[in-house]
Amino acid sequence: MGKIKLIDENGIRTDGRRADELRPIKIDVGTLENANGSAYIEQGKCKILAAVYGPHEAHPRHLTQPDRAILRCRYHMAPFSVPERKSPAPSRREIELSKVIRESLEPVVMTELFPRTMIDIFIEVLQADGGTRCVGLTAASLALADAGIPLRGLVAACAAGKVDGQIVLDLNDLEDKEGEADCPIAFIPQLNVFSLLQMDGLMAVEEYEEAVHLALEGCRRIYEMQIEAIKKKYRETKAEENNQ
Amino acid sequence: MVSDKQIVVPGEVLAEGDYRIGENVYRNGKTILATMVGIARVEEDKVSVIALHGFYMPMVGDVVIGIVEDVGVTHWLVDINAPYPGVLRASEAFGRAFDPTRHELLDELKIGDVLIAKILSFDRTHDPVLTLNESGLGKVKDGVVVSLTPSKIPRLIGRKGSMLSIIQQKTGCQIVVGQNGMVLAKSQDKRMEDLVIKIIKLIEREAHTSGLTNRVAKLLDAEIEQMRGT
Repeated sequence: MGKIKLIDENGIRTDGRRADELRPIKIDVGTLENANGSAYIEQGKCKILAAVYGPHEAHPRHLTQPDRAILRCRYHMAPFSVPERKSPAPSRREIELSKVIRESLEPVVMTELFPRTMIDIFIEVLQADGGTRCVGLTAASLALADAGIPLRGLVAACAAGKVDGQIVLDLNDLEDKEGEADCPIAFIPQLNVFSLLQMDGLMAVEEYEEAVHLALEGCRRIYEMQIEAIKKKYRETKAEENNQ
Repeated sequence: MVSDKQIVVPGEVLAEGDYRIGENVYRNGKTILATMVGIARVEEDKVSVIALHGFYMPMVGDVVIGIVEDVGVTHWLVDINAPYPGVLRASEAFGRAFDPTRHELLDELKIGDVLIAKILSFDRTHDPVLTLNESGLGKVKDGVVVSLTPSKIPRLIGRKGSMLSIIQQKTGCQIVVGQNGMVLAKSQDKRMEDLVIKIIKLIEREAHTSGLTNRVAKLLDAEIEQMRGT
């Protein structure tokens, strides 16, 4: 079986990007009326909705912590998010991703301000095309900010990996599956902290370092877009008022 | 250093150095950062952020509007739009002579009843305790309840109550503002109550814009004019 060529002789990837280019990103904050906070993000073909409820009374009761709020996170892929129908029941992978996303968000949420409560985060993948944990995390951090929950900062997430022997940014589904390695990271610029660092596949130490630096650069770019997305929501109401 | 009235997001650096910490900001080393989406305020040596959207944290002494959500043997639980339920003890309604073997809590307040209450005590370890024993507090018999983001309550009241008094004067409605984001409007004229709801929703949407009090006054005049015409 011949291997698929993922990067052509001009250094252009299957979706027309260069190695250090992100997929086109579109972010909306406050998309949902009924949730306390919400965000919708499109990154390439990925379409993800995040919603936040709380803080509210913790249920079941035995989970309450006397000194802080607890976070509960559900990462879920819609049955229609992938080419072959996915069972809606939470899979092993989804349970794991829910955990790593929750742990990536915990350092920024000021949980000590509202003890004995719970914050619910829902991440719904409507369409998946690689890198959904990062895209979901980016959206979830915006939904938390939109819900008015005190945060130390925003979390931006992005992956880098090795494809056809080259280090590339923000892998799509094909590159993730056919490439050599994938390294998703989440970064909190204010605290200068990595809150997620994973790797799947094989890379040399130098390649790994290059990938982390590239992903970090991607996070910084995504962070700028996150700030812009929040501010856009309030600028729009200002614009409406001027039209009246 | 941010400029006054600029929109900021969580983690945005507001200032560096010896500033006092106001609401919704925190210090990280030498820098002062925002914790909420809001409008930055810089007053002499103090930096704070006025949140654009938030939830209600109970404060002792606040007047709140709540809805009874559970009836126990010795207390009611009241939904006060906060992360914690409000506890209303039976003695608030029955007095010192309360005796759970003789008194039936359901005779006084049922699930769904609306209350104006005051927060008697609250801390990190205990749920807020409410009281009804003060003038102006008690069960609500008529009127409509509107909710808005609690962080916008100061805007609804206005400077020295200016916004609220304009709305009350022009519509003739009696308005009770709960600090938890619940507002009660009472009037003989149902249309006026509807108008108050509309105005409150407008204030919620445009709280961060300037010249709002004048715009509200104009809109009220226009609406009332139209009402008289038909």
